[in-house]
Order: sequence, then C-alpha cells, then structure tokens
Amino acid sequence: MWLPVAIFLGVCIVIALIRVILGPEAPSRVVGLDTINTLVVVSMVVLGAAFEQVIFIDVAIVYALLSFITTLFIAKYIEKGKF
Amino acid sequence: MAVNVITYVFIAIGCFFNMIGSIGLHRFPDVYTRLHAATKCTTFGAIFLIVAVMIQSVNVWVTEGISSPQSVLTLHAFIVLVCILLTNPTGAHAIARAAHRSGIKPARAVVDDLEEERHD
Repeated sequence: MWLPVAIFLGVCIVIALIRVILGPEAPSRVVGLDTINTLVVVSMVVLGAAFEQVIFIDVAIVYALLSFITTLFIAKYIEKGKF
Repeated sequence: MAVNVITYVFIAIGCFFNMIGSIGLHRFPDVYTRLHAATKCTTFGAIFLIVAVMIQSVNVWVTEGISSPQSVLTLHAFIVLVCILLTNPTGAHAIARAAHRSGIKPARAVVDDLEEERHD
C-alpha cells in the first residue's frame, strides 16, 4: 500500500528540484528547497509505515526541525546579505 | 474494510495536493505566488498522508493489543504532524519577509502598501 505512495512523492521531489535548479533568483530556490524538505519528511513517515520501522519516523522528526532552522537562517541571509 | 477505504481516500487526497504544490512551483510567475502554492498545498497534503498512516497504525494497534510496536509508530507520526504544522507556515513567512526586504517586486504589481508603510 505504502511503497507506490513513496515513489509518487519521489516524483514530486524531482519536479520541485527542477525549480531549485532553474529558479531565477535566490528566494525561488529557497521556496523549492522548503517544498522538498516537507516532501522528504512525509515520505520518511510513509516509508516508516511501509517497512514498520519506528526509527524512520524519529529521523523524520529531527529532519523537520533541522530543515526549519536551515530555512530560517537562509531567510536571514537573504534579508541582510550577511549572517 | 471501511478502514482501508478511508485510508485510500486520504492517500488519494494527500498525493493529489502534493502534486498540485509541486506543479504550482512551475506555473506561477514570482516568489510570493510560488510560496503560496507550494507551502499551503504541501502542508495540506502532508496532513492527509500522515493521518492516513496514523489510521492504518491505529487499526493494527487495536487488533493486536496495547503492547504492539504500532503504538509507538502512531504517537511518533503524530509528533511529526505537530512539527510540520508548527514549522512550515513559520518558514514560509520568514522567506516571504526576506524576499520583500531584499527588494524583489511581485510580478505585475502596481501598488505595494507594505513598502509605503515602511517609508512613512
């Protein structure tokens, strides 16, 4: 049940990755990166349900919080031009 | 099985909205509209997919008893849901504010009230 969902989310990640590569300015790339982070967290939860491994979901929690801090720091860098 | 039907419906809604969010990144002209499409649609799709995982695990949890490892999976999936709900809109707001302050104009915009308030 869950593996096709994970493959579908992988296709969505590739589509968002095209925007990260093409993006005309830096904030567009950050938007694509934020989308990819959310999709990776969801696909980790789905894979954890597919293989019945709780450790995947624990990794997803840590990934969500770290990607949030990364997004905040990149936004601060774009705003000021320096850290 | 009613539980399986509900799970499939939730999976379909979640996959649909995640795909809409990914396509919206390419269809919209500037940063702000892209942020609108990507953040809202992916958050909505993520909620539905994680709730589908939780429904399926609660079903196994109820049939197998309280000591099943699915109970841990359900609770941790709920923690992931709370984390996504807290962090995703905050990150989107930070990106939008940074883009506006770094001087990027919305496409085809005529009036910018936020900029006028800063100069008053």
